[in-house]
Amino acid sequence: MQFGIFTVGDVTTDPTTGRTPTEHERIKATVAIAKKAEEVGLDVFATGEHHNPPFVPSAPTTTLAYVAAQTERLLLSTSTTLITTTDPVRIAEDYATLQHLSDGRLDLMLGRGNTGPVYPWFGKDIRDGIPLAMENYALLHRLWREDVVDWQGRFRTPLQGFTSTPRPLDGIPPFVWHGSIRSPEIAEQAAYYGDGFFANHIFWPTSHTAEMVGLYRRRFEHYGHGRADQAIVGLGGQVYMRRNSQDAVREFRPYFDNAPVYGHGPSLEEFTAQTPLTVGSPQQVIERTLRFRDYVGDYQRQLWLMDHAGLPLKTVLEQLDLLGGEVVPVLRKELGASRPAQVPDAPTHASLLAAAGASPDVSR
Amino acid sequence: MSTVRIAVLSAGLSQPSSTRLLADRLTEAVVGALEARARSAGEPVEVAVDIVEVRDIAHDLVNNVLSGFASPALQERLNAVVAADAVIVATPIYAASYSGLLKLLVDVLPPDALRDMPVLLGATGGTSRHSLALDHALRPLFAHLGALVAPVAVFAASKDWGSVEEQGLGRRIDRAGAQLAGLVSTGPGRQQADPFGAVTPFESLLAQASRG
Repeated sequence: MQFGIFTVGDVTTDPTTGRTPTEHERIKATVAIAKKAEEVGLDVFATGEHHNPPFVPSAPTTTLAYVAAQTERLLLSTSTTLITTTDPVRIAEDYATLQHLSDGRLDLMLGRGNTGPVYPWFGKDIRDGIPLAMENYALLHRLWREDVVDWQGRFRTPLQGFTSTPRPLDGIPPFVWHGSIRSPEIAEQAAYYGDGFFANHIFWPTSHTAEMVGLYRRRFEHYGHGRADQAIVGLGGQVYMRRNSQDAVREFRPYFDNAPVYGHGPSLEEFTAQTPLTVGSPQQVIERTLRFRDYVGDYQRQLWLMDHAGLPLKTVLEQLDLLGGEVVPVLRKELGASRPAQVPDAPTHASLLAAAGASPDVSR
Repeated sequence: MSTVRIAVLSAGLSQPSSTRLLADRLTEAVVGALEARARSAGEPVEVAVDIVEVRDIAHDLVNNVLSGFASPALQERLNAVVAADAVIVATPIYAASYSGLLKLLVDVLPPDALRDMPVLLGATGGTSRHSLALDHALRPLFAHLGALVAPVAVFAASKDWGSVEEQGLGRRIDRAGAQLAGLVSTGPGRQQADPFGAVTPFESLLAQASRG
């Protein structure tokens, strides 16, 4: 089981001080948060991709390469890579390069993006979101697996005799997760390829997440990749912790009330009851997270959103100390102990290499 | 015995509300007409009525619009609309149109929830001078949603509640109820789509993508 964090990369005014970080501060904070994730023993750091204010991560592979150079063990990922508006050729090239630079410590999560104007800015139409995801990934999948690709589709110029370079590290394409909140088509796509499925259920009721994951598992088995309970599932989560749960609620409430996504809507109490958001003590977070299995089955990756809504860097780093120091060790033990033997771990470069019976290009 | 499910959306805000009064009268007329049709066809029918008081879920509606998901209480009401065989809508007329809360409810219904749905429109207002709002505001909204809107819609002005004239409110309600019952019996029928049950296979998704 992998544990980690994902960032949206929003530049948001701290509602308790009225101070807005600069883009420079936010980008540097993102790196500090990623390094802290490794330091406190987390497995994964993932960054979002956005092409509009108030978000900074428009160039995720640049940031992730910088993080890769300053970490040893941390697995780098995305949350998400825009498969709709990014040329799949550039995704193939950028992420293969990052895979080499990070010695295989890379996977990525594909998403469609839901900001209407971003599509036309990149020459696309949001109404084509699902078709773009289908066609672009079909090309990306081939670019990482076939040395020479002839290709023609609807959304980009044809390719004749094209080779995407660099080739994936050791001939092993990065593992891909498909993220979707509400589109069964994406769960179907993930199942077809035997890729991972990530349900970012932080803004949605658990019943909906259970349906999406259930569909993915059924179809994963249908396409012959293994049994339904062996499909590769990741979940989002969102927590704010203090030793004393009343302190957590008091401190987090202004951030919650003014948060860009759900602020000025449901109360903190309603939102924590209806979504996985947990505000309280580390023990409460442990108990809540242990229940996710009840509706999605044994899963492979748990990522938390820790750094949004204007929370200052110092607070985020304190949260990561609690997450890595007190929450994740218990979850590792509890979830590991009760996990059936046939449920696999999330694929990594090493496990995919071993499964392919191949050897590394060079000793690393 | 077959079951006909009717969802009644009542957007009145006062308690008690004349809009709810109209909604109840319309419901009674529809149930009566459905039962009469069933009797003459010799096929007994059970009519199940779900009443959605928009006032009760007003905060949940705003929260849904802002957060993107429905509270359990709101979801229960949305499910009732999706599962219905016919919908009765009753709203007060504010500023020449339906109530904003009713529109919020319509805005958060799942896509195609009202496609091919027999719908009966009713509205209330202070004077009958507002009655055209039914036709210039409500009817286009439900036409956009693909509903089968009954040609007779019922407007109840304050004065109507004190009138027993022959062509009055009671007569209009009965005619509207009979029309909706007819639409339920003769309409194209409703397809209940389960997005997680009937999945489009990947090969079709990919083929559709490249066809455009």
